[in-house]
Amino acid sequence: MPPVLELRRIIKDFPGHRAVDDVSLSFDAGGFYSLLGPSGCGKTTTLRMIGGFEQPSHGEVLLNGAVVTEQKPWQRDVSTVFQSYALFPHLTALRNVEFGLRERGISDRQSRALRALELVQLSEKRDRTPAQLSGGEKQRVALARSLVLEPKLLLLDEPLAALDPSLRKQMRAELKAMQRKTGITFLFVTHDQEEALSMSDKVAVMNHGRIEQFGTPEEVYLKPATRFVAGFLGAINWFGRAGVRPESTRLAREKPEGLPCHRAAVESSLFLGNCIHVNAALEDGARVIAEIPRQENHFREGETVWIHWDPANELRFE
Amino acid sequence: MALFFAVPLAIVCAYSFLTRGDYGGVEQPWTVENFSRLADPLYLAILWRSLWIAALSTAFCALLGFPLALFISRAGRRKNLYLQLVLLPFWTSFLVRTYAWLFILRDTGFVNTVLIRLHFIAAPLQLLYNDGAVLLGLVYNFLPFFVLPMYATLERLDPALLEAAADLGARPFAILRRVILPVSAPGFVAGAVLVFIPCLGAYLTPDLLGGGKSVMLGNLVQNQFTTARDWPFGSAASLVLMLASALLLAALMRSRIARELM
Repeated sequence: MPPVLELRRIIKDFPGHRAVDDVSLSFDAGGFYSLLGPSGCGKTTTLRMIGGFEQPSHGEVLLNGAVVTEQKPWQRDVSTVFQSYALFPHLTALRNVEFGLRERGISDRQSRALRALELVQLSEKRDRTPAQLSGGEKQRVALARSLVLEPKLLLLDEPLAALDPSLRKQMRAELKAMQRKTGITFLFVTHDQEEALSMSDKVAVMNHGRIEQFGTPEEVYLKPATRFVAGFLGAINWFGRAGVRPESTRLAREKPEGLPCHRAAVESSLFLGNCIHVNAALEDGARVIAEIPRQENHFREGETVWIHWDPANELRFE
Repeated sequence: MALFFAVPLAIVCAYSFLTRGDYGGVEQPWTVENFSRLADPLYLAILWRSLWIAALSTAFCALLGFPLALFISRAGRRKNLYLQLVLLPFWTSFLVRTYAWLFILRDTGFVNTVLIRLHFIAAPLQLLYNDGAVLLGLVYNFLPFFVLPMYATLERLDPALLEAAADLGARPFAILRRVILPVSAPGFVAGAVLVFIPCLGAYLTPDLLGGGKSVMLGNLVQNQFTTARDWPFGSAASLVLMLASALLLAALMRSRIARELM
């Protein structure tokens, strides 16, 4: 079985800068994948090249083993959910969902579209126009519109970015469930590491147009390949070449024996409900965050403490 | 505002119910004869021709103007240049622009001269002094009135809509038919109104390019106030013209509002 999507040495140049720099990735069918990275890292450009809206300057895009690099969007068995949803304003939700089916000349398009709307729980809003729908509802219509075509690959461009936080969490679960239910491969672009980690089977971390690491959420979080990945996937305290996650960072009143440690002054202690974040400053001024259990909430501002950690939890980079 | 609009309107209204004086001007008695005269087949033909020519002009402006506006909206850096070119004719006067067509279309004009020299025809073609010439003149002059609102509407079209349509399987022609045209419908309405109403009341173009052969409502009104010295009749005709325009505008406004509310 060939991978559902393969990118071979993709390069995209715009006048003045290289947006995507020699990207090669391979995705197996049926998974939920993310392209994660900061703004401007090239993830959206990469997604657009997969969808056919941009052409790479070099390299190839393969779908199910076939080269599709030159193919137009309407020729590819890929569907995109746009960040702005791009619902047709002059059509109702139902007609929006029917759009692709109508283009293909499918006769039972209405029943298929109704089923797709049921899948996203919007059956009762089928005769509303986009102007009459909320952000979350629009997104679900956009999703139904793409899913009803049963593409091999579904591309989602920061689909949760415009939603408010509570809705976002709910949609994460729904998207994940939808992917499992339909079996369609999802490829998700986001700058939110929490989203990428919680939803994906594998994450491709991008920076400056390059792939820094492609691995499972555990791999990219616990065994980051580069400093960038370590720092992007979660908070991290740097001690020279070693990085330690706040949850592995410990505080002690007395200098611990035999462990690497640094003296620091407590700056503040934040109660986050389920844990405490203690912000401290090292002797050289660098700041560290230690995440400690609620029960140990006894460090006060100005106190001198010893930062230490288990060397097994260190992340070392050259 | 009210003064400059309401007062002349009131005067015209009043005149339309009076009788013509022997040497022009108006006098008593009050009558509705002017309006009943308009029902004469001669004048109905003029009304009909005006509606027909205005409608055709609007249709041609839409046919030519839409692709032009679409082209300009996609032109990237050259957009402003193209817009300036569309507006360039407005730097000369309406009269001069219309006269220019006389020089192009008349028997000894540019078109006939070229065709005769190239031996395509032996005798000059009668290109002037007919409805076709009037149509040409009107479309030429009012095309920018269609292009500009159409361009404004197309500019606001979200490019993601076009990408989404392509993504869902629509090829370029289908995208045009199923997305661009319906979404830019307000532009069509605005452009059509801005062309139809002035065309309905046109008198300079039919006068110059139509000779006496292509009489429209505007010519009728002008004629009555000058040569014929029948101000009341002219007033009645111009009220009919105003009424036709107002009704059309009202109908279009209501349908647009209705569509936007749906």
